[in-house]
Amino acid sequence: MCSLALFPPPLPYGQTTVCESNNELLSGSSTEDQLKQDFSPPSLSFPRESLKLHSRTENSSKAAFLDHSETLWMRSAAAWRDGGLTGLLNEITNSHPEVPKWLSMSSGCILALLQWVSSFHGSLFPHLTLSSEDMIAEFSQVLNWSDCVVRAFAWHPHTDKFAVALLDDSIKIYNPKSATTPTLKHRLQRNVAVVQWKPLCASALAVGCQNCLLVWHVDPCSLSTRPSAGCAHVLSHPGHAPVTSIAWSPSGSLLVSASPMDTAMMVWDVAAESCVPLQRVGGGGVTFLSWSPDGSHVLASTPSALFRVWETRMWTCERWPCIKGRCQSGCWSPDGSRLLFTVQDEAVIYSLTFTNTPAAVPSGTSKGPHAAVVVADLSETTFSTPDGDIIVGGEIQSLAWDPRGERLAVLLKGDPRAADRSPIIAVFKTRVSPIFELLPCGFVQGEPGAEPRLMQFHPNFRHGALLTVCWSSGRITHVPFYFLSASIPRLGLSGSPTLPHVQERPADFANQSLFTEFIS
Amino acid sequence: MIAASVICWRAAASIAWAVLLLPPSTAIFVILSKFSVLHPIQTISECFSMLTSATAIFSFILLCGVIIMVGFLNFEYYTVIPTIACSKIALFGQLLHPRQLVNSLVHCIMGMIVAWCSAVTIGFRYETLGHPCAQTDGYHQMCLNEYHLILLLGGAFVGFSHSLLGVIHNMNYVSFHTVQQYKYLRFKGCLPLVVKCSATQALYSVRNFIVVYYFLGYIPRTWICKTLNLHLGSSAHPLDSIAGLLDLSLLYHLWISATFLLFTWYITLLLFRIFLTEGYSFPVQSSFTEDADHCLPKVLTEKQPMILKFLALQDLALLSQHSPLRRCEVFSLSQPGGHPHNWNAISKECLSLLADLTQRLVAYHDTVATNGRAKSLSSGSERKTSSETSGTLISQKWLSMSANSPFTPDLDSPFMSPALRRLAAPVEQGSPWYGTVQSPHIMRRVPKLWSTSTDSQVNGSSPPSPASVPSDKQEPSKPSFLAQFLQNRREQVLKPCLKLPEASSQALFADSQAHIWALEGLSYLVQASFSEDQFGVVQTTLPSILSCMLVLQEAVDRHFKLPHASSKPVRSTSSMGDSTYKTLRFALRATLKTAIYRITTTFGDHLNAVQLSAEHRKRLQQFLEYKE
Repeated sequence: MCSLALFPPPLPYGQTTVCESNNELLSGSSTEDQLKQDFSPPSLSFPRESLKLHSRTENSSKAAFLDHSETLWMRSAAAWRDGGLTGLLNEITNSHPEVPKWLSMSSGCILALLQWVSSFHGSLFPHLTLSSEDMIAEFSQVLNWSDCVVRAFAWHPHTDKFAVALLDDSIKIYNPKSATTPTLKHRLQRNVAVVQWKPLCASALAVGCQNCLLVWHVDPCSLSTRPSAGCAHVLSHPGHAPVTSIAWSPSGSLLVSASPMDTAMMVWDVAAESCVPLQRVGGGGVTFLSWSPDGSHVLASTPSALFRVWETRMWTCERWPCIKGRCQSGCWSPDGSRLLFTVQDEAVIYSLTFTNTPAAVPSGTSKGPHAAVVVADLSETTFSTPDGDIIVGGEIQSLAWDPRGERLAVLLKGDPRAADRSPIIAVFKTRVSPIFELLPCGFVQGEPGAEPRLMQFHPNFRHGALLTVCWSSGRITHVPFYFLSASIPRLGLSGSPTLPHVQERPADFANQSLFTEFIS
Repeated sequence: MIAASVICWRAAASIAWAVLLLPPSTAIFVILSKFSVLHPIQTISECFSMLTSATAIFSFILLCGVIIMVGFLNFEYYTVIPTIACSKIALFGQLLHPRQLVNSLVHCIMGMIVAWCSAVTIGFRYETLGHPCAQTDGYHQMCLNEYHLILLLGGAFVGFSHSLLGVIHNMNYVSFHTVQQYKYLRFKGCLPLVVKCSATQALYSVRNFIVVYYFLGYIPRTWICKTLNLHLGSSAHPLDSIAGLLDLSLLYHLWISATFLLFTWYITLLLFRIFLTEGYSFPVQSSFTEDADHCLPKVLTEKQPMILKFLALQDLALLSQHSPLRRCEVFSLSQPGGHPHNWNAISKECLSLLADLTQRLVAYHDTVATNGRAKSLSSGSERKTSSETSGTLISQKWLSMSANSPFTPDLDSPFMSPALRRLAAPVEQGSPWYGTVQSPHIMRRVPKLWSTSTDSQVNGSSPPSPASVPSDKQEPSKPSFLAQFLQNRREQVLKPCLKLPEASSQALFADSQAHIWALEGLSYLVQASFSEDQFGVVQTTLPSILSCMLVLQEAVDRHFKLPHASSKPVRSTSSMGDSTYKTLRFALRATLKTAIYRITTTFGDHLNAVQLSAEHRKRLQQFLEYKE
């Protein structure tokens, strides 16, 4: 088991992590110290002041107009349209003088009964009482989502372009090869929780937001900076909102979406705009989804102490009850054989292994493991630095594993009340085969005062791994990890089979032959 | 043939399950129909005594017979390629097809039988057709029980409307799901939808029935009275009056028996669909020659029955995705001789399917293009200017045509029965655009008009589009009197009975599920061949696969530029009819793109070594750079 005590101490104040080279993390005092590299994605900054935010939060324009007396029938109809049954009952209860007493009394009683039932339901699943914005903030992979300038980020799986969702509900697409940065805005695109590009496609971007799921088709050859709303397909299903997590199948054919309000997980055939709800008893919703890179499994966590691992051939699932809290985050190894996950209120990383049975067996079930193993302990550790003691560790917000399976980034939540315990990213060196290994690498730190909020690895960086971090200051930076791949690049479903153009040293060849010996 | 008998067994199993599910649904119906809030315990005891009585058992046997009949009709009428009516007349023709009339009649009778069973089950005042009634002079005679009659007629009406809606919503179309699930889980997932659909559909049908009975109810009533020598009871209101029909208990019983009827039939249909579309694993190759007929490559090439071809294609798509062992068999060489027979047969069949679709799309596009004026122009006027002006012409033509839906039914499609083709043919003849083209006035005028505009362009070398736009705008405003008269009359006559917009586009892609699987199967196999194909059997066909896909991609792109082709249909969720066929063209477009990307992403720059024409190579380069 690996623990934080083995890590090198964090950088002194004012230093930022620049890259990893020759097996150690290099630091610099400013961002100009970036090493020369042949591929440098743009490092962007979105200051909070530059965004034009919505001045009002409620979605009804009622408050802007003068009060106007309407008949009871009109008001009831409006209340039914706006607020459904509860709105209607509320309206009837509140207009005493106009309705008969028995009617207002009885509607008041029904309203109270409804509220009691919903509060009982809410006591079973406390998250149901949250507003949809709070719910996204609670279950998002982004740290402190509601206050974050960059709310979601996604690299394109095959090219160097990426999409950034901002606080003002717009999405910008940056492509280093083109001068235009399309900005996507849509009436229904509010409170974007997650964005993801469709694999094996150049243009489709799925967006999970407050009321629905949008799939944008952004033509890469188009010069338009504001694609019209006609380029977006709206996918919605009654009761399936807010969408907090989405995942494309690595083969690009299906999209799954999850909402904490809905006990069913939706499997969408996006082109046909049809969906299949996959419902199981227990859990009270689905919060986080992660599709394994080989396409065989999907992790689906629920708001209660339970998560499921779906097998994607016949769509059956295994239940995994946790002891303490809900599953907060998870990630798959590149070959889909190992799942790392974290549990809320616990500072450890668990691991589960899945061995795929030969798929010729028609049942298609995979024999899973029987218990999860703790692979890393990230409980609080004190480092003494020249600036004083720094406490690092604690709860984990999210995990990210690079597509080659060699670096694992862990976003630690820190403690917002204590000044010396800010959020930080810890990076491990990992090896998946022949045996699973987890070694400390170091901490990734940004400019002074900037806290990491969101991170993602570039899906096909040729010289190692490239970690993109979105900071609380609105900055997006890229931290490259230069290393030579220990394992043979996998020709998988999602990875591109192009070999990295790095001269492999003799030592690495020896290393590889050693592995083959070990396997045989 | 063993594989064909699989289909029969599946249908039989689905009917057996539907019959097994009949007792619980009947029990729920009995409880719901007899329930009274004031006497709950009495209701339950009544239900028990009811369920064990002899009439209940007799009516239950009748119900089983009805279910078996419904299952048989499902099996007889199902199709995996929907019949899409391109105009309302064609739809009308479908409804009046003799085969469909038989279906409606049988459904009508079965609806009446189910209604009789439910009348007997409900008991109370609905039980018998006649009841003894005392006249004023104390002389006993049999009177008509109108409650019984209205229930029977209601059942017949619901059965009839079910069969009509089946045609309109293509309820006999069996679609395959993209997500594989076990039968039980799929059934469980669909059950709430079936309950909702049957309840709402029963509500609409009962509403329509009541309207019909209000106006026409006296006809069957007097007829029954005359033939059975019954008298009209004078005690209560006749039921075809407003007061008689505003009986809440009667309405409830009508609705609940209609719901029961539709529910049992929908369940039978649902089970049939689930059983039929379950994946079937064909052997890729067999060591015995007598089994060769059931192997995947052989089944793929056969035309009849269509469902087997579809199952084989589905199996191909699944095996190419999920099972390395079976992929290995596909890539293997024959033992004496060393020929890749399996791969050759599979790839040949898939490629011919795709080429067939390409051809169909090109032919359709040509038909649409020649239907308008663009063709006549390019033949009539100068060659060198026609190419640049025809672009603006076509776009303007589409603009003006999109107002009154230009599509003609797709008569060449192989899935239209001859009868429909006959019925649809007059529509083709009389469509407004047919008229405009054929009308001699316009034919004569158009080349003149356009040739003058092109002449002015050539001579004065003015920018092409501003010159041609106003002249085109004027053209429809001042046609000759006769042409205008003819056109107006045609539109008046044909407007109500014409044209479901995008239907011809739907019809073109009606069997595209097969193409989707062919594309998926091919692309996954090619992807797997990068690491699994030991003998290089795929390499030999790679150029033809790529060019076939690229040609299809071009044809699909061109098709989606037509009006209505890319308009999304309205989705109806609360219907048992499967509307998957309406979006198949979008699914095909997405699958095609993904399939090409799958190959280009796997092979990358190695594709430069593949023999391709320059045009295709350019197209492929777009995919390699992720610019499509």
